[in-house]
Amino acid sequence: MAEVSKIHEHDVLVIGAGGAGLRAAIEASAEGAKVGLVCKSLLGKAHTVMAEGGIAAALANVDERDDWRTHFADTMRGGQYVNNWRMAELHAREAPDRVRELEAWGAVFDRTPDQKILQRNFGGHKYPRLAHVGDRTGLEMIRTLQDHGIHLGIDVYMECTVVRLIKHGERVVGAFGYDRERGHFRVFEAKAIVLATGGVGRAYKITSNSWEYTGDGHSLAYHAGADLIDMEYLQFHPTGMVWPPSVRGILVTEGVRGEGGVLRNNQGRRFMFDDIPDLYKSQTADNEEEGWRYTLGDKSARRPPELLTRDHVARCIVREIREGRGSPHGGVFLDISWIKDRISNAPEHIKRKLPSMYHQFKELAGIDITKEPMEVGPTTHYAMGGVRVDGDTQMSTVPGLFAAGECAAGLHGANRLGGNSLSDLVVFGKRAGEHAARFAREHGSRATFGREQEEQVEEASRWALLPLERQDASDGHGAYAIQHELQEKMQEFVGIVRNENEMKKGLEVVAGLKKRSAKVAAPGNREYNPGWHTALDLENLLTVSEAIARAAVERKESRGAHFREDFPAKDAAWGKTTLVLRKGKDGEMELLREPIPEMPAALKQIIEENK
Amino acid sequence: MTQATFRIWRGGRESGELKDYTTDVTEGMVVLDAVHQIQAESASDLAARWNCKAGKCGSCSAEINGMPRLMCMTRLSDINLDEPVVIEPIRAFPRIRDLVTDVSWNFEVKKRIKKFKPRPPDAADGTWRMAQEDIDRVQEFRKCIECFLCQDVCHVLRDHGKHQEFIGPRFLVYVAALEMHPLDTENRLGELKDAMGVGYCNITKCCTKVCPEHITITDNAIIPLKERVVDEFYDPLKKLFRIFGAR
Repeated sequence: MAEVSKIHEHDVLVIGAGGAGLRAAIEASAEGAKVGLVCKSLLGKAHTVMAEGGIAAALANVDERDDWRTHFADTMRGGQYVNNWRMAELHAREAPDRVRELEAWGAVFDRTPDQKILQRNFGGHKYPRLAHVGDRTGLEMIRTLQDHGIHLGIDVYMECTVVRLIKHGERVVGAFGYDRERGHFRVFEAKAIVLATGGVGRAYKITSNSWEYTGDGHSLAYHAGADLIDMEYLQFHPTGMVWPPSVRGILVTEGVRGEGGVLRNNQGRRFMFDDIPDLYKSQTADNEEEGWRYTLGDKSARRPPELLTRDHVARCIVREIREGRGSPHGGVFLDISWIKDRISNAPEHIKRKLPSMYHQFKELAGIDITKEPMEVGPTTHYAMGGVRVDGDTQMSTVPGLFAAGECAAGLHGANRLGGNSLSDLVVFGKRAGEHAARFAREHGSRATFGREQEEQVEEASRWALLPLERQDASDGHGAYAIQHELQEKMQEFVGIVRNENEMKKGLEVVAGLKKRSAKVAAPGNREYNPGWHTALDLENLLTVSEAIARAAVERKESRGAHFREDFPAKDAAWGKTTLVLRKGKDGEMELLREPIPEMPAALKQIIEENK
Repeated sequence: MTQATFRIWRGGRESGELKDYTTDVTEGMVVLDAVHQIQAESASDLAARWNCKAGKCGSCSAEINGMPRLMCMTRLSDINLDEPVVIEPIRAFPRIRDLVTDVSWNFEVKKRIKKFKPRPPDAADGTWRMAQEDIDRVQEFRKCIECFLCQDVCHVLRDHGKHQEFIGPRFLVYVAALEMHPLDTENRLGELKDAMGVGYCNITKCCTKVCPEHITITDNAIIPLKERVVDEFYDPLKKLFRIFGAR
């Protein structure tokens, strides 16, 4: 072996410590499992911390007409009916309990006048449904889970990155990684593993995602033989900052629109009224007055078109920009300041409901959002696609390997509704933790780690050290150069508006960068060397980029977040098909079409009733 | 295009030095952008923590021209670029490498603080009722992003190294959020006085000044905690009451 690695033994190893990972670790621990929790960063810094608007759950605190059925129907409609309907059902049923549980663990949500948890409007949700804390709901959630979890005897490995899963036959039995601080290798033996690594946004240039979002869980699962599905569905959030250049992509919460913010083009027109999809016509206001009444809580009013689903709003913004009606820096205007014409204490109201947006624009762009409009444009935000899992247990197609949160696929279909990600994390984080612990109990033998597994560890450590053995990055094989080129080209060729020619170019770029990354060089030593870390992340970024592009080329229709200008219409046959990506025997990526399972009659009826 | 020089601390646990790097400056850039550019251009192994780049995660704490700041929220347009911009790691914690420090002590401290213990639910469905005005203060404290800049600037930790006796402003805010939580029933006043060392704070308010979340740390969290400790342990009437109450 290249060196003696530190070995840790756990019943359940959770990789990723955002909302899903923390919730999984808490549940597995409650089930009596010995749990290890691996965080790529420090504890409490994971991407969940950036979630702003709220957590969707049919608590019916603000509108008593809401219930899980409506939430289920909204989620399926938003996902264009290609969601895993079982997950959508479980999610809608269980989200309220998961929110109440957060309160029992110390979360302090904003309140209604009758002292219950307050809920706000959000895109695609029929009723005000998002429990929230101003616009820092993700921080509240991750801190609550973190502060609860640290008292449960979970072993936490901070600043540790897993780069390989270790298998025994079909089953996963461990993981191999390194710690950032010293660059030492770590081997984790585990009876079950939960992936909760989040998304893939760093494959794109303009993104709301942090450096950690390099598709680690997607790629680890794929290389361990698991199926990935729905990879063509990548959410571009309609409102990211566009100016100044250094902040391009930083998220502007949908909560701005939930609180009455409107989108305008450079002619001052509220262009969202110009194109309301048929699926949403009956639920959407057709005039400004009705939209405002909805914002004020008038239950007879329909919601304003700014609260249509994210895929649609993003495309409308792109249309305005392309047709020359954009803002000076290539976005459109998002205005919340206008509500001062309607309510007396508007500046205070905005600062109270959207404090971090106020500070973000004030400090990074020099703009006072209580007085002037923001400039916004689409930003790569969320992967609907990911590891294919069983809806009830969250186990992947590889025994012992579970996935929860953004790196798992199914719940959101072709487009995720705002607020459904935070609820996804806790609903399915809990389920993954529970079932991983059960799997560990039932398939418990530790003797599965033998010579063959040690060989896998040796192979992984040799691979991980290669970039450090090539110290000269001056020939263009530096990790940052490869990453930046990938980001540029994925943005250009596999972005919001897609066509076959460009995506094929994208695939060529990925193939070329794969070759370059095989020679990537990382000057310096093993101690906290970000160049080395970036080099090791490349494999994951390239794997998910290839998966996104391959699936997107294959799906010859437009649906949800996947929009093709060469096939702009929705196609009923495609609507019954899932695209599955799998590592073939020759090591190449295989793509399969599979039919989506038929929905049970009871769920179909719920959808009909909510049409 | 204008350029600026960044004088960045490079080194390991024991020793290091300030090194100059020059890079282009574009409109709206923040210090973290400059660090990223320098990593990509000339120092690929320059160690720095960051995550969100939007002031929400509290990872990129550093001392910029001697001031504890988040690198992602410090705009170059607010700094004099005629002089080199000095970027150093925060000082209240041991150095690991370059701009990265060992902040693990903070995570250990938090574990020692008694966790949230709610009263029984108010309603039959297992939920509680709280009025917004009763949670405004707690919500202020819960804005904390755990950047540890307050810990860095606190002289009790930074200059006197009282990490064994004093938990620092971050965790006094944490305790205040628990103690003032309308549902919490735990009592942490004994530890506050002894193990947490609330008395070490002499209200210089440096922590409040550097807080990127603008939490009024001293006035709203620490002083009320000090008052509670005084009421509990140093009130002469209460002391008498305790003596006689014990009999």
